Amino acid sequence: MNFDNMRFSKEHEWVEFEKSSEVVTIGITDFAAGELGDIVFVELPEVGREVKNKEPVGAIEAVKTVADLFAPLSGVVKEVNTQLEDNPGLVNQSPYKEGWFLRLQMTDRSELDELMSHDDYSRITGTE
Amino acid sequence: MSEPKKTPLYDVHQSLGGKMVEFAGFLMPVAYGSIIDEHNAVRERVGVFDVSHMGQFVVTGTDAREFVNRMITNDCSKLLPGNLQYTVMCREDGTVVDDLLVYVISEDRIILVVNAANIEKDYEHLTSRKRKNVEVSDVSEEYALVAVQGPRTREVIAACPFFGQVADRLQKLPYYNGITFYHRGAEVLVSRTGYTGELGFEVFVPAELAVALWDQIVVAGEDCGLAVIGLGARDTLRFEAAYCLYGHELDDHTSPLEAGLSWVVKLKKPSFCGAEALRKEKAKGSKRVLIGLAVSGRNIARQGYTVLRDGREVGRVTSGAFAPTLHKSLCMALVDRACSAGDGQFAVWVRDKEVPAKPTSLPFYKSRAK
Repeated sequence: MNFDNMRFSKEHEWVEFEKSSEVVTIGITDFAAGELGDIVFVELPEVGREVKNKEPVGAIEAVKTVADLFAPLSGVVKEVNTQLEDNPGLVNQSPYKEGWFLRLQMTDRSELDELMSHDDYSRITGTE
Repeated sequence: MSEPKKTPLYDVHQSLGGKMVEFAGFLMPVAYGSIIDEHNAVRERVGVFDVSHMGQFVVTGTDAREFVNRMITNDCSKLLPGNLQYTVMCREDGTVVDDLLVYVISEDRIILVVNAANIEKDYEHLTSRKRKNVEVSDVSEEYALVAVQGPRTREVIAACPFFGQVADRLQKLPYYNGITFYHRGAEVLVSRTGYTGELGFEVFVPAELAVALWDQIVVAGEDCGLAVIGLGARDTLRFEAAYCLYGHELDDHTSPLEAGLSWVVKLKKPSFCGAEALRKEKAKGSKRVLIGLAVSGRNIARQGYTVLRDGREVGRVTSGAFAPTLHKSLCMALVDRACSAGDGQFAVWVRDKEVPAKPTSLPFYKSRAK
């Protein structure tokens, strides 16, 4: 997989961005999905909601545990992955593709610079 | 805390890719892959579990039976050799020390199977109350316990050479009965018991035979789609069957009557530890009651979450899950009995919101054949 256009948060989220767009896609990492185990429900914010960087915006319910979902950037929610309603297991099966959580219109692109590269993220999870 | 213990199957779990976690002082596999897949394998086919963390005590002596019957709430006086019984044992004040299996091997030899987390507490409880002509010994570390559970269990047992000499008897063994046999000179006990709500057996073997037994079961189960099962699925399976788990539905402050276990409390039995307190509780009515709730939506109502009735706090969730077989969010809760009678709307406080919940009968799931 190519992670060049992705950034990672300490809370184990990924952000996929494009140079020419202010809209990013957000999900959780393979490592996080593996640690949580079978995900049975993902509670996502409403479309249109304005979220602040690091604010809790939802929850990820796994069989054994529940985790907060934090906004890795500030912005406005443009779209959420409605597929996850019926099939939350997509997050385990395909965390970087079909298991995406939401799309956000960034309000401060410079926040992307505060996030980690894939190499740095792999270092903190010990999965290099 | 001291170093976590390992069961005789620890290396096997590692080689199978088991995700090891500490549970009740033991390093145990929580899952080898997906908990939900493992859960479904047991409901639909068959699975094998290492439950060697469970404790075993051997009670011997001419007064063994009388002593055990005085310690437990159920009545084991009529059990025959080869019979098992599920029970709890209580303190004098009627609170639960542990839930356990009583396995009568012979007139003067009874095995008690207890929870891993309670081994020391139970041993102390028993030995401090025993009289002459009874010995209690903790053999937990000498034995491994392997469970085979699921509708295709009998096929696996039939195909497994380990059980060759008792294969026919095992096929016909009734629920809550066991047989004893010798494998290469070592005593092996097999009982038709389990904690999944499915047909199944539990096999007690000396620790040094555990790996050979496990490997043979895995090979014998290949054609049946046998899966190896971790503690995660063991918990969701017992939860759907609404079996109490110590540390959840039962603890040092709960009475068996509150936890819905009046069927194992024989108040008419002459005398047993906790009898007086439990008789009083029965006459007055328990303060709390264990109920089942179906939680709306897909959030999980987890242990410790507050249960509300018409906005008022009435109790706590003891166990909750998104039930893999039933596909709904369910929980068991201990609630104030008086406040929970009559009409009213239940809810569970899930993180930062009140989620409506409807009472639903226990067990949530009942299999066709155990």
